[in-house]
Amino acid sequence: MTLTLTPEEQAMLAGEHGPAVALSMRIVTEIGRIRGAQELVDIDSVHIDGCIFYGQAGLDYAQKMVELGGRVAVPTTVNVGSVDLIHPTLVLQNTDREKWVAQGGRDLMQAYVDLGCRQTWTCAPYQMDSRPEVGRHIAWAESNAIVFANSVLGARTDRYGDFVDLAAAITGKAPAGGLHLDAHRYGDVVLDCTSLSAETLALDVTYPVLGYLAGAIAGVSNPVFVGLPADVSEDDLKAIGAAAASSGGVALFHVVGRTPEAPTLEAALGPNTDAPVHHITAQRLNAARQELSTARVEQLDAVSLGTPHASVDEIVQAYDAIVGSAPLADGVAFYISTGRSVFAECERRGLIAPLEEWGVTFVLDTCTYVTSILRPGTRAVMTNSGKWAHYAPGNLGIDVVLATLDECVTSATTGCITWNRELFT
Amino acid sequence: MSPTIDSEITGTRITSGEATAAVLKLDAPVSFWGGIGPEGTIIDVHHPQHGATVSGRVLVMRTGRGSSSGTYVLAELIRLGLAPAGIILTEPDGIIATGALVAAELYGTQVPIAVVSASDYDRIEDGESITITMDGDTAFIASS
Repeated sequence: MTLTLTPEEQAMLAGEHGPAVALSMRIVTEIGRIRGAQELVDIDSVHIDGCIFYGQAGLDYAQKMVELGGRVAVPTTVNVGSVDLIHPTLVLQNTDREKWVAQGGRDLMQAYVDLGCRQTWTCAPYQMDSRPEVGRHIAWAESNAIVFANSVLGARTDRYGDFVDLAAAITGKAPAGGLHLDAHRYGDVVLDCTSLSAETLALDVTYPVLGYLAGAIAGVSNPVFVGLPADVSEDDLKAIGAAAASSGGVALFHVVGRTPEAPTLEAALGPNTDAPVHHITAQRLNAARQELSTARVEQLDAVSLGTPHASVDEIVQAYDAIVGSAPLADGVAFYISTGRSVFAECERRGLIAPLEEWGVTFVLDTCTYVTSILRPGTRAVMTNSGKWAHYAPGNLGIDVVLATLDECVTSATTGCITWNRELFT
Repeated sequence: MSPTIDSEITGTRITSGEATAAVLKLDAPVSFWGGIGPEGTIIDVHHPQHGATVSGRVLVMRTGRGSSSGTYVLAELIRLGLAPAGIILTEPDGIIATGALVAAELYGTQVPIAVVSASDYDRIEDGESITITMDGDTAFIASS
């Protein structure tokens, strides 16, 4: 089984379309060879994850592509970077390391702009105006974007990561392997949620906890949810995917009766008719949420919402919960991370100013867990995000409580962490 | 140490290059992202070989592990001359391969990566000096 290239692809590899295309084609074809792909597919769009600054090599790569005259060949969005370009002072620059990351982060973001990427700086490109269509091939990086595109939109992307994402954008090609192929898109394990109460299924925090459990159970295979409401929101599906891609390596899930490749359980499973079934009970949900909630102190230092980046609907919900409530307690910081396009729409609707007046700090272009934004001395943070709850303790050395939006807002007004440990029924 | 690989092992080439170095055989896979520090040592406190240095060794572990940002970590170690001399796995790993591929393009330094069968994997012992060579898509591993 070998990788066969079209005459056009061979010409790209031979340098007939310039050195940046040739370099990118070497990377795409080598990855294709290693993954056992037999051909390349044309892709409609790319989402780049390589724009967070982790060191000189990432910058050298992007700048080399710029020097070689590289340009993206398909519409390309960019993930969050290491700095908020709109509010540059939000990212701390006190230590030498913080200064190095801020400067390198800015240079790296500029290189991706020079390569022709849209300045989206969001981990939720699926919340923008143009979205991939069902069945179309794309090459997206960033685990939550990958799982959303595959599961909710029904587009087809394998797990792309740093470096390969840009090579795919410059060539417009990706190896035809993994989740691009029908054979790898069927469900492998069933998560039966039919015992959960209507009240539990109506709670926002149910979905990140379901995702967290799904990742732990499914690992890198494809979970199928049974028993979720047919009108479960995109934000809830986003929360499932982001958490499942954090606790495990889930890149595709199905919700029977809701997502495009799962009109029925049989359709979702395809040939995997003997897939194991796990029963998701309220007890398991409560235990999983308690496991993720590491904070053992009462004093709340901050709330962080918007991981993945908040949608317009989520900012409307925050507005409804916050505006008119008691004032924000002294010493508590309240962050909402979102993308530029969602922020602009919310500004147009008049939602931003009242929230900022109450004390919300909006974080754009980046996220509170990938860079230094939280004030030094922050110990305990509440979040409604399973992904944030999973990564922040390790990245930032703080403790978290995974909570509903209402619990987050109420605790922020008292300064005291309050949550119902047996919330799910 | 006397040679322990009694006959040459053949495997599959993942990336090109040649290496001769002492084996560091891991009891569990390590994630480059979050598992190996900027000085080339294992910083994952839960890893059984926490504190071991991967620089200049042939890193032998069953599989890759962890975040796709591991590509950056490996490429950065190669840039700084602190990477493993070679890597042997039992399954192809896109994250590790990408880091090595890109660093070879950027810095001209090749870190050969080979995949071997599980039974051949068991024949490679920690601490022995081995040589990795490639011919086409075939990798050869022998005591040196």
